Amino acid sequence: MAVVGLLVALGLLYVVYRKMQAANQLQGFMWKPFVTDRAVWRDYLLPGLWGTIKAAIISIVLAGAFGLLFGIGRLSTVRVLRWVSGVVVEFFRAVPVLIMMIFAFGVYTRNSVFANDINPLAAVVTGLTLYNGAVIAELVRSGVFALPAGQGEAGLSIGLTPGQVLRSIQLPQALTAMLPALIGQFVTILKDSALGYQVLYSSELLSQSKILGSNFANTVPAYLVAAILFITMNYLLSRLAVYVEKRLSRRGRTTLHATGPVLGDAVPEPGPPVSAGSAGLSR
Amino acid sequence: MGNVLSNYDVLGAFWVTILLSIFGTIGSLILGTIVAVLRLSPVKVFQWMGTWYVNTFRNTPLTLLMVFSVLGMTYILGIQLNTVDVSSNAFRWAVVMLSIYHGAFICEALRSGVNTVPAGQAEAARSIGLTFGQSMQHVLLPQAFRGAIAPMGSTVIALVKNSTVAAVIGVAEAANLMSVVIENEGSSIVIFLVFAIGFVILTLPLGLLFTSMSRRLAVKR
Repeated sequence: MAVVGLLVALGLLYVVYRKMQAANQLQGFMWKPFVTDRAVWRDYLLPGLWGTIKAAIISIVLAGAFGLLFGIGRLSTVRVLRWVSGVVVEFFRAVPVLIMMIFAFGVYTRNSVFANDINPLAAVVTGLTLYNGAVIAELVRSGVFALPAGQGEAGLSIGLTPGQVLRSIQLPQALTAMLPALIGQFVTILKDSALGYQVLYSSELLSQSKILGSNFANTVPAYLVAAILFITMNYLLSRLAVYVEKRLSRRGRTTLHATGPVLGDAVPEPGPPVSAGSAGLSR
Repeated sequence: MGNVLSNYDVLGAFWVTILLSIFGTIGSLILGTIVAVLRLSPVKVFQWMGTWYVNTFRNTPLTLLMVFSVLGMTYILGIQLNTVDVSSNAFRWAVVMLSIYHGAFICEALRSGVNTVPAGQAEAARSIGLTFGQSMQHVLLPQAFRGAIAPMGSTVIALVKNSTVAAVIGVAEAANLMSVVIENEGSSIVIFLVFAIGFVILTLPLGLLFTSMSRRLAVKR
């Protein structure tokens, strides 16, 4: 069987090789610039990486604030607050990121909300913040729900108010437990920042590799290199999430799963996890 | 709101979204199952292939796959899925890329479903002399699918929303139409709500369906 497997793998590689060869995509001049020409990295790929990472970092910070606010809102003892936060969170989770980006971009450009060259970045950040903020709000909520009930009860029984219990007992534990899932969400944000391609955010990696491809007449290699950069970045982040999760559970903490949501949606159901794999409680 | 609905073919655009979602779901279920079987197989080479697939496609932006499918695959490598009709070529590539991308997530969902099956089941299957294929087909996968409905449902819902990414290669689905409308009419909260609510209508019932299915079909242990 191992031999068969090896043959299948080699066969697939050979098909790809033949296809690339037939389309003249394996010529030296297409691949050489990545090692010999500094401009490829200085003018395209590194600025592209920075554009992607910049959008992602701004978004994760804002999304964290949004998520904390509405996550706490959903846990509030005031019914109206709970209800409003619930609607906001469920709405933004159900709407595709791209729809929000296109809308935000339209609003910003029509009304010149930001400087012209910042509008695309602002649109990307808006879309990513609203969507991922809603996802993080759910993480906050499920993080609190995943704690043993005794934690909250003990707090109440020593005379803390529900607000104090949340702030000083439940949230600190929930936030630590969220850490791996938060890193996983960062992977989603990094990938989704490539949607900036559609709202003319030309300094992110995908757009940069497109420009690179047309300037150096090496479209296919340019995209492949961009893909490798994305994969490396995201793979390392996922490993980090797993590492953090292991570390936390060694310290006897409960954690929320880091395993990757697809551009978001793998937020655990509230209450008991539906199945062991549903990104709910782990270990 | 009536204005947008009567001047533009919003329903038609959402129909394309639905078609993308249906074909994409079928494709990703097939691909995901194959990759999951590869990852669970006892042959090292197959395991590597499955792992490679998941690590590669789960970490690549779907937007990049879409853009590559037309600008790379079609224009430069000359792989057309419809040689006559350009828009049909884009639609088919969009389905393929949606399937490839979400296949990686379906695979992971299925593997988590396999983890809900007690080890004794696989051991029992082997001890009564079933081959790897037989134990997969008759013992492990049927239980794994039922245990994996919640994460697979999340993936399908994400796929519906991610079908908007096909707008970057000009497939005439909802997000694409929304760009056109905003281009013509300016950006207004009404236009946003029309399209946003369209997606809420598509995804909300799916979420309820998968939640109830995951409860009903869960294997009693």
